[in-house]
Amino acid sequence: MLSVRSYQDIRDSVSRRDRTLRDKTMSLAAAARLVHDGASVGIGGSIVSRTPMAMIWQLIKDGRKDLVVSRSMMSTDGDWVVGSGMAREIVTSWCAQGIMWGLSGVARHRFETGMVGYEEWSHLAMGMRYRAGAMAVPFLPMRTVMGSDIARLNRDQVTPIDCPFTGEKLLLVPAINPDVALIHVQRCDVHGNAQIDGLPFMDLDLALAADRVILTTEQIVSSDQIRRFPDLTRIPFFCVDAVVEVAYGSAPHECYGLYEPMMDHLDAYVAQVNADPVAGFAAFVEAFIRQPETWVDFLEKIGLPEILSATRRGRSIRYD
Amino acid sequence: MTEVIAERPVATAAEVLAVYTARTLTNGLVVFAGVGTPLLAATLAQRLDCPDLTILFEGGVVGAYIEDAKLPPSTNDQRCTRLSNMVLGSSEVMLMMQRGYVDLGFLGGAQIDRFGNLNSSFIGDAAHPKVRLPGSGGANDIASLTDFIVSIRHERRRFVPNVDFITTPGFVSGGDSRRECGLPYGGCRCVVSDLGIFGFDSARRMSIQALHAGVTLEEVRDNTGFDLVVPENMRTTEPVTEQELAILRRIDPDKIFIS
Repeated sequence: MLSVRSYQDIRDSVSRRDRTLRDKTMSLAAAARLVHDGASVGIGGSIVSRTPMAMIWQLIKDGRKDLVVSRSMMSTDGDWVVGSGMAREIVTSWCAQGIMWGLSGVARHRFETGMVGYEEWSHLAMGMRYRAGAMAVPFLPMRTVMGSDIARLNRDQVTPIDCPFTGEKLLLVPAINPDVALIHVQRCDVHGNAQIDGLPFMDLDLALAADRVILTTEQIVSSDQIRRFPDLTRIPFFCVDAVVEVAYGSAPHECYGLYEPMMDHLDAYVAQVNADPVAGFAAFVEAFIRQPETWVDFLEKIGLPEILSATRRGRSIRYD
Repeated sequence: MTEVIAERPVATAAEVLAVYTARTLTNGLVVFAGVGTPLLAATLAQRLDCPDLTILFEGGVVGAYIEDAKLPPSTNDQRCTRLSNMVLGSSEVMLMMQRGYVDLGFLGGAQIDRFGNLNSSFIGDAAHPKVRLPGSGGANDIASLTDFIVSIRHERRRFVPNVDFITTPGFVSGGDSRRECGLPYGGCRCVVSDLGIFGFDSARRMSIQALHAGVTLEEVRDNTGFDLVVPENMRTTEPVTEQELAILRRIDPDKIFIS
């Protein structure tokens, strides 16, 4: 459960940040130090798209724990954060490996044994919660979730009201202002002006809602390049605290226009971990997270043929 | 020896669901679809009688067009955006539904009950679930805001008197209860299963509209965990055609969703 923070609390956190135009580039390891044990962490992208996998990988490697992780919809990143023990709870609308693979053995095991909590909301409720956080209001009214058991399970956090103007029934859902947001983008400059191609999901709301934003980017480009296409900029530099250049930083997920999901790796992963959600997943963590020293080593484990295939498919969105 | 040719094409249950779901659509509708049967059905309809069908995805796509053999793995992938009209935020596209611009949504689920409520969250008690399912995603939002069609395998464990958990409200507890919950618009328009098509009577209880050819009432009852309202005149649906199957198999040649 993420409690609603006061206006003063979230304003003060902005005031304390160094919002000057400065070079924010750093390594994955340095950026990981901005995330403390027990922090609430919002993850950008959705399902298998623009997931900041390299950043999550680094945090698991560093043994971060007790995190409350929120995201619009989660897939294998969900497995990673609940399976590794990094998250004590996830707050999301959907968590499985992917539609074509059915239920996640790892997620099921951790949730059904109570090792990790799963606080469920609807997809739009997650959106309204981040938007309220971005707007610096403690809640937003919405017209879904009412009449469902999702409202009943979250009754300590939602408030049904009769609208003061029309008398209609509405549901108030609480803001999420995460301690840190992790967002992966196609390109940004050293200051953190970030451009996103394709689906933006809830990333601007998430970036504005969070106390700190760690951007991972496929490429750092010049500020002149950003200024040539300002209409593509989705996140302004002043809410960004760290910029990490990580090519293929969303692998084995996709990054619009650059690469699609690495399906052979994901198929093999799902087969291994669902066959044994404890030992199978532990073996995955050892081989793919603990042993590789760098993200490039991780990519080598996935393998060049798979990365080239994903890249060819990814580029085909623009050039077929 | 003469080769025996089957009278009807042999279709998988997933294909049957996609075909009959597609047939519920009319040209010109604006529909909200998820991946799997919903997207197969919407794409099939687009290829046949509904070229002007507008498909929205909760990932943030308006006016999707799915190319053969390029089904997206989720509604949030880059493949969903190609050749579409518009790409926007997930909240924005769902708020368009709240504003009233969507005619119809498509849903599935692990369980459905006699009032059309769906469960995709828990099998068993939520506090100590036997199975923790993936959760709502946008299903709750779609069902709360618009008319929807459910495509679901007809099994006794799925057609239950009361779902273990209402992830997604249908007519809640029947009668006017949906409206009283604060959901004045939408509701479960029909349920498509591999045995037939089902609607809801004036008390909002699930009733039989039509059975697929060769399906008996007894078979439906055996596979339903509650009493269905049985009308005097039950229609029989038109069989699945070779053309429909051929299109589906071109859309999903790797049989990711139709097997």
